[in-house]
This record gives sequence, C-alpha cells and structure tokens, in this order.
Amino acid sequence: MKCYGDRNAVDGVDLDIRRGEIFALLGPNGAGKTTTVEVLEGYRARDGGEVRVLGVDPAEGGRSWKAELGIVLQSGAGDSQLTCLELLRAQAAYYPDPRDPAEVLELVGLTEKAGSRGRTLSGGQRRRLDVALGIVGRPRLLFLDEPTTGFDPEARRQFWSLIRSLRDLGTTMLLTTHYLDEAEELADRVGVITRGRLVEVAVPSALGGRGQAPAVVSWTEDGVRRTAETASPTAFVAELAIRFPGEVPDLAVARPTLEDVYLRMIGEPS
Amino acid sequence: MTTTEECSLPSIGSVCRTRAGVELKEFFRQRESVVFTLMFPVILLLVFGAVLDYELGSGVSFTQYFMAGVIAAGILGASLQNMAIGIATERSDGTLKGLAGTPMPKSAYFVGKVVQVLVVTVAIVAILLVIGVVFYGVDLPSGTEWLTFAWVAALGSAASTLLGIAVSSLARNGRSASATVTPVALVLQFISGVFFQFSEVPTWLQTVAAVFPLKWMAQGLRSVFLPDALAAQEPAGSWELGRVALVLAIWCVVGLVLCVRTFRWQDRVDR
Repeated sequence: MKCYGDRNAVDGVDLDIRRGEIFALLGPNGAGKTTTVEVLEGYRARDGGEVRVLGVDPAEGGRSWKAELGIVLQSGAGDSQLTCLELLRAQAAYYPDPRDPAEVLELVGLTEKAGSRGRTLSGGQRRRLDVALGIVGRPRLLFLDEPTTGFDPEARRQFWSLIRSLRDLGTTMLLTTHYLDEAEELADRVGVITRGRLVEVAVPSALGGRGQAPAVVSWTEDGVRRTAETASPTAFVAELAIRFPGEVPDLAVARPTLEDVYLRMIGEPS
Repeated sequence: MTTTEECSLPSIGSVCRTRAGVELKEFFRQRESVVFTLMFPVILLLVFGAVLDYELGSGVSFTQYFMAGVIAAGILGASLQNMAIGIATERSDGTLKGLAGTPMPKSAYFVGKVVQVLVVTVAIVAILLVIGVVFYGVDLPSGTEWLTFAWVAALGSAASTLLGIAVSSLARNGRSASATVTPVALVLQFISGVFFQFSEVPTWLQTVAAVFPLKWMAQGLRSVFLPDALAAQEPAGSWELGRVALVLAIWCVVGLVLCVRTFRWQDRVDR
C-alpha cells in the first residue's frame, strides 16, 4: 500500500504499510487521521496524489477489492434490532470467503451475547461487535479507527489481546489512535500525523530518535538526587557501581518516553 | 495483488435475500415502527368507523368511503414515511456508511427496502380489509376492481417509496425526518380526501392536493370501493383512472431521478 494525499485536511502523507504488520497512525484530534484512513477505505475522494490499497486505487475499488478489506469506523455500527449473531451472519453473506460467525463471536469474546441485540451491549462490547463485523469477511487488511476511545483500562487490555490474536491470524492492520500506550503496545510501526502532515514513521522504540537519545541516569548520593545524561549508560552505571560499596541508591535509567517525543513532534511543550 | 475472482463473490440474488431478511426483522422487531406504520391506520379505521357512522347517499356508508382513504394513507405510511424516517436514521447512525464499506452490491440494499415496503403494505391492506369487513360490513371489491386495486396500490406504493428515499436525504437524522414528514403526511391526508369527502375540501386545497400522489391513490381506490354512481361527486365527475395512472407514473419518474441525484451513503462531511 502506498498513500500520498494532497489536500487541505491532509497535505503530504507518504507511507507504505507492509503485509502482516500493525501500523498505528498517531496524532492529536483533527490532525487528519480519519481523513487519511477514509481516503484509503474509499469513502473520501482525494484532490491529488497516488494511493494504492492492496494494489488498487480506492477511488476505483469494486466489490472484489472491498471483499478483502475490513473496516471498523470511528462511529461504529448503527442501532439494530438484530442480534449479534444475526448481524454477523448478514455481514458474512456479503463476502466470498467469510469466517464462521459463531467463531468470530468467540474470538471477540461475545459468545454469551450471541442472542442479544446491539442496544443491550456495553460500550466495550459494542466496540468488540464492531470489530467482529469488520473481521467476519476474513479481510487481508483491517482498518481500525480509534477502536478503544472511551474504554476503561481493563476493556482496553482485553481489546489489545484481541488485536494481537488477529495479527497472529495474519491480518494486516491500520490503526488510528490518540493513545500512546496503545500504539506502543500494539504497533510494529508508528506514523505521527499532525496538521495533515506525516512527520515521522518509525518503530515505537525509535520514534523521534528515541533509540539514540541520551539516557538519563539518576541516583541518590549524599542524600541528594543526582541525574546525568549520557550516551553510554552501561559504562556510566558500571562506574557508579565501583564508587558505591553495594547497591547504587535509587538507581534508575530512563530513555525519553514515547509521550515525550510525541509531544515534541506535534509541537506541544512537554 | 488481487486474488479474489469476481465470480467467487456471493451472487446478487443471495445478498438480496439476506437484505430482505434483515429489513423485515428490523421493521417488525421495532415497536415504534410497527405501532406507527402498521397500527396507526388500523386505529384510524376503528375510531372513524365507530364515530362517523353515517350514509353518504346511494346506500353507501362513510366507512365504505373511508376504506379507500385509510388504505391510501396506510400505503403512504408504509412507503413514504417508513422510507424517509428509516433511511435517514440509518444514514445518521452510520449503518449506511458501514454497508457502503462492504462488498454488498448497492442495489441489494434497495431491493431489501422494496421487499420491506411490499410486505408491510400487504399486511396493512389485509388487516384493514379484514377489520372493514368484520366490524363495519364494508363491501369488498369484485372482479376487475381487484385489478384496479392492485395497480393503484402498486403504482402509488412505488411512487411513495421512491419519494421517501429521496426525502430521506433532506433530513439531518431520523428524528428530524420524522418531525418533518409526519406533519406533511397528516396535512396531505386531510386535503386529499382521506378523513372526509374530497368534495368537501375547498377548491384551492383540492388543487394543492392534486399535485401530490396521495390524492390520486385515494381517488383510484375510491373507484374500487364505491359504486360508480358516486363518481359524480369527484372533481372531474368521473374516477379519472387514466389520470391517476399518469400522475402516479410521473411521480415514480420524479422520485427515481431525485433518488439517483440525492442519495448519499454517509452523512454530509460538513457536519
């Protein structure tokens, strides 16, 4: 997949997503994440640039192209009078090689809700139903637009393990989120988008030069908290170990967090 | 990289069957739509039949006259109001957008809607006829009158369905569609000769009503339920079946053009 958009909301997004990876698009609200994703999904026309999703221009993607995509919209599915299982069965009927609806319910942990209507589900359960609808067609590429907004921490952890099990099934995923821990937890690579521009693409641990950034070593000496920035923390800690007879008091070695580099990238003071 | 062959996609026919099943469940499981669309004409018939128990002349009871009107109103509810409100709701809550992202053939969505309208319409007409016959001794049509009944109902239903789909695009969401379409339908019912004799409607309002399909549906159905002697009370002094067909057909064309030009699968982007 290749995407290069050129428009007001998104102006200069150049990225490739590899087969089998989870790619997270990070950015503040209004940065252009949803616009970018909707261009890729074929919902929005673009004013220029070249876009290929599974080898096809989304503006010209037909039924067989859509059959290989799964889309979980930010807004989710609407209210329905159908039960979870009925919704999945109907959705499966649109695809050439669908997954078994009952197995999909099992995968998202909604088996006991198979006979319940959508409106009786909690927020987290609804979102898992959205994902179930997105994957029942056995997509090669799954779009997840802010899938965990409004989740409590436990629901988010459950959701993450669902996403990981989907990756194990070989699904490529494009995830948008404004949660840094989610990107760090799930993504093989992260793209940071701000004001419609893709400012960097990297693995989470290397984003913003995080991998090469000086480490901050801190410890307590003579009752005073001391810190030092160093490019070679291992050697530095080894020296400290010689100076102190036993344990180095309150020793900590830290790299800049994803949040530090992210806030710097989107131009917010950290 | 495309590996899926076009031919391995499910056939349009099978997707249409799925959509028809979905639409019927969505309609009959929603209490509001069942009460509003299905029971409202029934209640009207029961109440009007009980209250307005008088003769129009030629041995025809008001209920016999009202039968044509309430069936026309029922068809309007099952098609125009049902489509306008239902589709506006599905558009604003993201159902349509979700469907547009699947390989479902778009035509299957409309086939599902048409099946829903057909089933609901047949149910309404059947219930109204049974109540009319059992409680109010309404005379059923006979012979070729059934044929007239069938084409007026089918043509009126088609025009109203297309119009309803078109109107759904004007509304912001289901609630605003309901708030707009319901009063308009009610006014149309009043001026189109549903609740009382069309000849009692002031001439200028008759002219207004003659622009819209409901008046012609009701008139066509009166030709089925009333003796030909009462045709003299119609504005033209006859049932004007040719004109009924013409006006309803024109509305079908207008509705279709409006649908094709205005239908959207998602909310306006400039929310």
